[in-house]
Amino acid sequence: MSETTVTAQERIAARVKALESIMIEKGIMTTEAIDRMVEIYETEVGPQLGAGVVAKAWSDPEFKARLVANATDACAEMDISGLQGEDMVVVENTETVHNVITCTLCSCYPWPVLGLPPNWYKGPAFRSRIVREPRKLLSEDFGVDIPESVEIRVWDSSSEMRYWVLPMRPAGTEGLDEKELAALVTRDSMIGTGVL
Amino acid sequence: MNGVHDLGGVDGMGPVPIVEGEPVFRAEWEKAAFSLFAMSFRAGFFGVDQFRHGIELMDPVHYLESPYYEHWLHSAEHYGVAKGVIDPDELDRRTEHYLQNPDEPMPVTHDPDLLDFINAAVKHGAPASRDSDAEAKFSVGDRVIVDNDSPRGHTRKARYVRGRTGEIIMAHGTFIYPDTAGNGLGEDPQHVYTVRFTSQELWGPKTADPNGSVTFDVWEPYISPAV
Repeated sequence: MSETTVTAQERIAARVKALESIMIEKGIMTTEAIDRMVEIYETEVGPQLGAGVVAKAWSDPEFKARLVANATDACAEMDISGLQGEDMVVVENTETVHNVITCTLCSCYPWPVLGLPPNWYKGPAFRSRIVREPRKLLSEDFGVDIPESVEIRVWDSSSEMRYWVLPMRPAGTEGLDEKELAALVTRDSMIGTGVL
Repeated sequence: MNGVHDLGGVDGMGPVPIVEGEPVFRAEWEKAAFSLFAMSFRAGFFGVDQFRHGIELMDPVHYLESPYYEHWLHSAEHYGVAKGVIDPDELDRRTEHYLQNPDEPMPVTHDPDLLDFINAAVKHGAPASRDSDAEAKFSVGDRVIVDNDSPRGHTRKARYVRGRTGEIIMAHGTFIYPDTAGNGLGEDPQHVYTVRFTSQELWGPKTADPNGSVTFDVWEPYISPAV
């Protein structure tokens, strides 16, 4: 295959296979372990877990108090825990503060409640702009208009603390149960790039 | 290091490339590249701080242009070679082989212990908090200034907070210190605090959002009392 016919994707795929094959021979990796990692983050750990936590917080004031006081412990009550969420902090949106999470230095994100981050969260555009022009970015790129009377607070996840957002409960949802409420909660509302 | 990865406040990066309905993994190679992290960690290639530094050492132009999980590939390669586990010439030879034979399957092996490790690691994580007898020098409500020096190796002290003054709003206890751990110098646990900076403090009154703030987590050696 000549260089000019090889795409960047083909070259990366071959490089990954090369490394993977060496690691398998050395007993560091197995294909079944890769399959298991993929299964976990494609089907088990994702934003549906965070949505369940949010719905419970909206429905149960005592749970909400525990969640805001110590998100890691409160999530553990619902059997939600683990990698990249060893020390979680929930920040609550109010009528006066809108929270957004980011990681300007790499890609830190609360995996146990949101799963793996979307590619835009890990890319240069979001990471560079969200700390400098959050109101403009939320409006122009996400269609979310935050009134100037509301403080936008951006949480840069520079340490191993993993922040995520407790969105405001939408009006007119008083009669809904937890399952119905959870269905309303989007991934972006827990990042802070969406509102409900 | 003052690397290209330190993106906070950089202009000109364009619109956010949002893809509706994006799959968790966009290609088969992303699945293996993602899995490299946990399995190389288990094999002792790196801690998470070193892993991040391996990414920071990428060519800066390539860092900005490459798909995300290629960053992980780069760091796993970097430490695999440094540890003497991966022979770079062998890696190049096999890359050429798989370019010629892209559909050749990987060898199938079994390791129940590795599967157990994966399930346990995902569920229980790898906490970075560490016990320490060191008393916290700062408390919630203190106003602090971030040191303005520019270390050469791994640090989490982003450029946009250096020299800036903010208020501590949370104190989290002691954690592995990335400025030592990420440079292979041990864990040296330090107190971690969340500091809130106004947008005006970070970007200046002429261009900052008048009603914005950014919080940034600092390890105690990053900060001094603001006078």
